[in-house]
Amino acid sequence: MKLLGFLLLASGWAIALAAVILLKTLPQRSVFVIAGIGVEVLGLMLVVRAHQAARGLSE
Amino acid sequence: MTPVSVLCLFFIFLAPLAPAGISLINTGLGRSRSAAHAMLASLCVIAVAAIAYAICGFAWQGVAGGPAHSFRAAGNEWNWIAAEPLFLRGRPMDGSPASLVILLQMLGAGLAALIPLGSGADRWRLGASCASAAVLAGFTYPLFAHWVWGGGWLAQLGVNYGLGHGFLDAGGASCIQTVGGLTALSVALILGPRRAKFVTGGLPAAIPGHDAVVVLFGCFLAWLGWLGLNAAGAILFTGAEPGRVVLVAANTTLCAAAGLLAAVATTSVRFGRPDASLCANGWVGGLVASSAACAFVPPAAALAIGLIAGVLVTITIAYVEMPLSIDDPGGAISVHAAASLWGVLALGIFAQFPDNPSGQWLAQLVGIATLLGFVFPLTYSLNWILNRVASQRVAPEGERQGMDLYELGAGAYPEFVTHNDEFTQL
Repeated sequence: MKLLGFLLLASGWAIALAAVILLKTLPQRSVFVIAGIGVEVLGLMLVVRAHQAARGLSE
Repeated sequence: MTPVSVLCLFFIFLAPLAPAGISLINTGLGRSRSAAHAMLASLCVIAVAAIAYAICGFAWQGVAGGPAHSFRAAGNEWNWIAAEPLFLRGRPMDGSPASLVILLQMLGAGLAALIPLGSGADRWRLGASCASAAVLAGFTYPLFAHWVWGGGWLAQLGVNYGLGHGFLDAGGASCIQTVGGLTALSVALILGPRRAKFVTGGLPAAIPGHDAVVVLFGCFLAWLGWLGLNAAGAILFTGAEPGRVVLVAANTTLCAAAGLLAAVATTSVRFGRPDASLCANGWVGGLVASSAACAFVPPAAALAIGLIAGVLVTITIAYVEMPLSIDDPGGAISVHAAASLWGVLALGIFAQFPDNPSGQWLAQLVGIATLLGFVFPLTYSLNWILNRVASQRVAPEGERQGMDLYELGAGAYPEFVTHNDEFTQL
């Protein structure tokens, strides 16, 4: 789960970068950059949840 | 030296008060049995960070226009890391802008490395915190700082892709505060919570800081330090003329003031009375949020930035503790990561430029995406590797005794009568 979280974090960054490079207009870029950050937030939550789950198991 | 360099040097000499203040805040918010350890760890971390930055940090960071490695992709140059010599060779310390940048960045790296001590308080070994500081100041911090302040690809988003003036950060909200705050999150996750902080199935135990006076005095010192940090950064990294320093100082103070009052109001509503430690965090959160935009926004906008930062900090501190179950005794994740990300975004929303370019807020968002999607995984991985090499967390016996006795052999307050601590009975 933690690895998946980090994968989402990196993917979100890649989406944001790709939007800036590949798209031309400001609204298009904005939508995709915001979507990329959304993916990153999901990844961050997954990383935190993975730590919670691991701690629960060890307890 | 030019008069501007002398003025800048004066501000840089104020900047060490920022780490001094943060050290006091971290120490006061921890337990009395770990107070000496917390202060010594602060000094050691600053020392290690300064040396690591001088050895290799500046070589990766460099200055805008200096030698750098870049590659060509999608029709543009991507400047990703500096190519300066190690050990600061070939850079005369003569009051030139480059030498002033080196001096300021040595302090900046120290401040960034200090921030994780807040989240790792009461359980992070001294040696492990020094190793983490070396990695942060020697690699993670300089790499991102190069992208922002060394003429890297984030700074060039405006030239290459028409996004405003590129990613901007006058006083280090992203380079210093967010990088430090995300490292604090990594450290808190890797170390895990203090013993008995989270009882299975129960509410988190309140483990109050041991000295509110020290915490609040730290806020005063941090204020002075931030004035120096923001003013020097505005001159060196954004080319602000000396007269603009007045606006920087006013905005820094207004942000902190609004952050404090917002925290007072928020905690009064939630708990029926103001909470000293949360209010201190609100003050520092305002300072942190001011760093990015202090040279670009009018005072009314600074007030709004500080108000939102104060509310954000108090809410995220509770959120980090309760649903997320992350033990962050110093509130470092909320104060330094959350407030600084807001400050970076606020620049894009409120900044006023004579040429009024479009897309500045998008450049700021790309910077935020980079911090979350690249810097956090990087700093987490590096600290995870360090933890695999040697455990970062102190042994259970050390937590029970306190870090002072276990690692230093003597307590910070030897004349105090030690009482039975209810937090270590479990």
